[in-house]
Amino acid sequence: MQNTFSDPFDLDGPSFSALLRQRMPAALDAAFRSTRVDHVEGTTIVALTFSAGVVIAGDRRATSGNIISKRDMRKVFEADGWSAVGISGAAGPAMELAKIFATELEHYEKVEGGPLSLEGKANKLAQMVRANLPLAMQGLVVVPLFAGFDPRDQLARIYEFDAAGGRYEERRFATAGSGGRDARGSLKARFREGLDRDAAVGMVIEALWDAADEDSATGGPDLVRGIYPLVAVIDAAGYRELDEATVAERVESVIADRRL
Amino acid sequence: MAMMPYVSPEQQMKDRADYARKGISRGRSVVAIEYDKGVLFVAQNPSATLHKVSEIYDRIAFAAVGKYNEFEQLRVAGIRLADVKGYQYAREDVTGRSLANAYANALGAAFTESAKPFEVELLVAEIHADDVQLYHILYDGSITDEQGYVAIGGSAESLTTHLGEGFREGLSRDEALRLARESLGAAEKGEISRDRLEVAGLDRDRGRRKFARLTDADIAAALG
Repeated sequence: MQNTFSDPFDLDGPSFSALLRQRMPAALDAAFRSTRVDHVEGTTIVALTFSAGVVIAGDRRATSGNIISKRDMRKVFEADGWSAVGISGAAGPAMELAKIFATELEHYEKVEGGPLSLEGKANKLAQMVRANLPLAMQGLVVVPLFAGFDPRDQLARIYEFDAAGGRYEERRFATAGSGGRDARGSLKARFREGLDRDAAVGMVIEALWDAADEDSATGGPDLVRGIYPLVAVIDAAGYRELDEATVAERVESVIADRRL
Repeated sequence: MAMMPYVSPEQQMKDRADYARKGISRGRSVVAIEYDKGVLFVAQNPSATLHKVSEIYDRIAFAAVGKYNEFEQLRVAGIRLADVKGYQYAREDVTGRSLANAYANALGAAFTESAKPFEVELLVAEIHADDVQLYHILYDGSITDEQGYVAIGGSAESLTTHLGEGFREGLSRDEALRLARESLGAAEKGEISRDRLEVAGLDRDRGRRKFARLTDADIAAALG
C-alpha cells in the first residue's frame, strides 16, 4: 500500500513533472532527449501589457531549414485560466514543454486546492527550461514566453526566459523567437503606458507583421488560406482567445494602413 | 512467539467491518443528486477549507466521508493517477470507472491485508452529455453504480429515504440544493445553517473542467 500514496513530506508532492519523472522516466527522456536533426523552429511570439491585462500573440509558421513545414501551427497555449505560454524553438520539445507545464499547473491546483502565484508559475517554467539544457546544447533550444494576470494583486506580468533557464520579469512588453528582434523594435516604437485592449491587440498584430516582413521563419497573415496570428487576452476575466474574424479584421486594417 | 488465539476468518472480517463502520458513522454525511445540468454534491462541513468534495479531472469529481487524512490520501492518489493517464494517452481516456476501480482495489486490499481498514466511504461521479455515472465505494472495496441520488456517511439510511421522497428527474440546481439541505436537516433533526454547507458539482455547461464549487454567496442566492 505504501507505494500507492505519496510521502506526506515529499517536497515534490504537488508537482506533476516530478511525478512523471518518478513513474515514467522514459516519457520525459523521449520528450527532452530526442535527437532528430531536421527539427522545426523559427517563430515570433510577442506579449504586451495594457491597462487591464496582457495580450500575447504568435505567428503560425513552422520551418525546417528553408522549408515551410507547417502553416497553421499553434504556438500560444492556455497554461491555466490566468496565464498563457508562447513557445519558440524546436517544435517537438517545445510543444511537450507547453503540455507538461499546463498539466503541472492544473495538478498543483487540484492537489493543493488553489492555484500557484504568478511568480511561482514562472519559476516552475524556468526550471523546466533549465532541465532542457543538455538538449539545448545539441541545438534543440526551447525558449518560452510566459504572460499572465495575477488575480491577487490585479497585475499583469510577462516573463522572458533564456535557453539556460534564466527568468526575467517584464512589465511592458517582451518577444521571443527568430523574429523577436524585429517585433521588439516595432513594439518599442509604439508602446505607451495605459493602452486600452484594442490598441494593444493592434500593436501585437503590427509587431508580428514587422517580424514576418524581416524574418523568413516567421509567417505573416495568410490571406489566401485564411490563416491569421493567434491572439490571446488575459485580464480580470481570465484567458480567452480572440476569434478568427476579429483578428482577420484587425489584420485587414493593418494592411490598409501600410499599403504603399 | 506468543500464541495467538484462534479467530475465524468470518469473525475477523466482521470485526474489521464493525470497526470501519463505527469510524464512518461518527462523521457527517455527503449527498449527491443528479440535476438537469449535471450532478451536485452537498456536504455538511463546518470547515471552509478542509473539503469533502473535490475535483479529480475534467469530468470527474470525488466526495468522501470518514477519516480526513485517509480520504485526503486517496484523493491525491486519484488526481495523480488521472493526470498521468491523461498525459500518457488522451484527456478523454481518463474515466470515472477506472478511477472507481482503483479506489475499490485499494480499499479492498487494505481491508483484507493491512492492520486496519480505511474508515472512509467514497463517491466518484463522472458526467457526459446525456448521463451521470455515480460510483459508491465502501470501506471494504465493494462498489455499486447508483442512479439519481446517493448518500454516504453516518446517516446515509435516513438520508436515502428522504432523498427518495423528494427526488425526480430534471431538478434544477437550486431545487437539488434545497432537497439536499432538507434531507441533511431531517437526518440531523434540525435545520443546517448555510455556512455549514459545502456545495460543489459537475456542470455540463462549463468548459473543459466541469467541476465548480459554490461560494457562500452562491449558496445564499440559490437557497433564496
